[in-house]
Amino acid sequence: MAYAAPAPRHTRLLRSQRTREAAERIGLFLVVLAVLWALWEGFRFVAESTGLRIGQFEANDRTMPHIHDIVGQLFEPSRRNGPLLIDVLWDAALFTAKEAAVGFVLGALFGFGLGVLLAHSGLLQRGFLPYIVASQTIPILAVAPMVVVWVNPRLPDGLKDWGAVAVIAAYLTFFPVTINTMRGLQSVDPRAIDLMRSYASSSWNVLWKVRVPAALPFIFAALKIAAPASVVGAIIGELPASIQDGLGGAILNFNQYYITSPTSLWATNLIAAFLGIAFFLVVLLAEKLVVRRAPEHVA
Amino acid sequence: MSNQAVVSLRNVTKSFGAGGVTAVQSIDLDVRPGEFVSLIGPSGCGKSTLLRIVGDLVEPTSGEVVVNGKSARQARLDRDYGIVFQDAVLYDWRTVSKNIALPLELMGVDRESRAARVQELMQLVELEGFDKHHPWQLSGGMQQRVSIARALSFSPALLLMDEPFGALDEMTRERLNMELLRIWAGIGSTILFVTHSISEAVFLSTRVVVMSRRPGRIAAIVDVDLPQPRNADTREEPRFFELVTEVRDRLREGGLDEDRTAPGEGELVSAEETP
Repeated sequence: MAYAAPAPRHTRLLRSQRTREAAERIGLFLVVLAVLWALWEGFRFVAESTGLRIGQFEANDRTMPHIHDIVGQLFEPSRRNGPLLIDVLWDAALFTAKEAAVGFVLGALFGFGLGVLLAHSGLLQRGFLPYIVASQTIPILAVAPMVVVWVNPRLPDGLKDWGAVAVIAAYLTFFPVTINTMRGLQSVDPRAIDLMRSYASSSWNVLWKVRVPAALPFIFAALKIAAPASVVGAIIGELPASIQDGLGGAILNFNQYYITSPTSLWATNLIAAFLGIAFFLVVLLAEKLVVRRAPEHVA
Repeated sequence: MSNQAVVSLRNVTKSFGAGGVTAVQSIDLDVRPGEFVSLIGPSGCGKSTLLRIVGDLVEPTSGEVVVNGKSARQARLDRDYGIVFQDAVLYDWRTVSKNIALPLELMGVDRESRAARVQELMQLVELEGFDKHHPWQLSGGMQQRVSIARALSFSPALLLMDEPFGALDEMTRERLNMELLRIWAGIGSTILFVTHSISEAVFLSTRVVVMSRRPGRIAAIVDVDLPQPRNADTREEPRFFELVTEVRDRLREGGLDEDRTAPGEGELVSAEETP
């Protein structure tokens, strides 16, 4: 045993290193948050005290509410004698999260399947890729009403309305997954495929035992883009579907009352951002659990 | 004799593309059971291509390839050979033991037999205790041992090795040369071995096939009559140097002289020129 590596020490080292990295990351996050906060408030303070105007733009409570006012608004009643805004938005966020999650899963599965198909056929790839790209150049706002009109009548009662929104979210999700699945499946070392050929492996096994595992970092990179995008898709999809229960409905609603309560809209946007980040973090966690790869290969 | 051969090549030619770059031309070669045959030649002489033709990973343009008495394709489908490349080509997402067990997994061998076989192989390549490691946690030499264990996992009659130690430093290379000989003596497989290094070819082989510059033809076959088993002293024997010189002369006749500085070659040759 000339090369007996001290395995336990190795993992212990890794663990302490990981804790330090995590602490660093959180620290950095807080520092950047403080900087952004300082920039926002600092700009407002300077603009207000010097009377600075940029075109028509004037910094005041309406255009740039104080951040503590935005956060404070969350803990005010949403309407006279009503529940707190944060409770209303929490329910709305859960509703939108349901649409976005279903849409994300649908889109990811469809995107993956399409990517596998296109990776295996140059003809299909050349034929379909331009249309797949074109599908993403059409603004989601233009597609959403059609999806609602087409999909909604065919949905069972339990899925009515929000099911159509999930499809719109899926529409934004599938594209990056398709592109990266395709790239990932084709990124495999050709000798790794030769090796499988030498074992007389079926194409099915080549796909699942070599190509897909090799493509996982690519696929996760796409999922990280797709996860927040599915939240955006769900929020926008709620508008033509006339859904009032989600964040889209809340944004539309508070948009109308912006003059009297600008902080409500800002607070809603804050919650929407948190939802997108939450989706991202779930994908990140899944990646950490699933992708076993040399550290430098994990983004 | 030829129908007993593990590998039998008859008039094998391979051209690439319509322009017709000929990689190998009119190759006739028989490899008998238990032999250790090395293919050596200048870079681009088609020795790797020839190995891949035997493995049915490349199809010859013309000629006949018989492996274990069958077509190369049938031999591949019957898993008659194991192959090792210059890089270990391990699957990063699998542990060492799962990498070694992959061929068995594909053959439908049950979990327990797989585990038992992996333990045997880990001992054979002296990697006990590293089952749970991932490839990127191992050195290049250790990775290549895993790759060899994987190729041996299903006990193929033939081992194809494409410059397996070419990417390793010389000390690791010499140690793995010794280990390969030990393994070869233990399993009695036939080995077809591609290398850039004259001393490696002479040290390991029972026969060295010297190929000419492109299009690759067989320039000469040198029988290596060094006694078995070989050990570190073998490299000091006068006969070893005679054979190294002979192979080098044959290479030169085949047109190596313009290509003396092929990767990994120059320093090895000159190191031995002044014993």
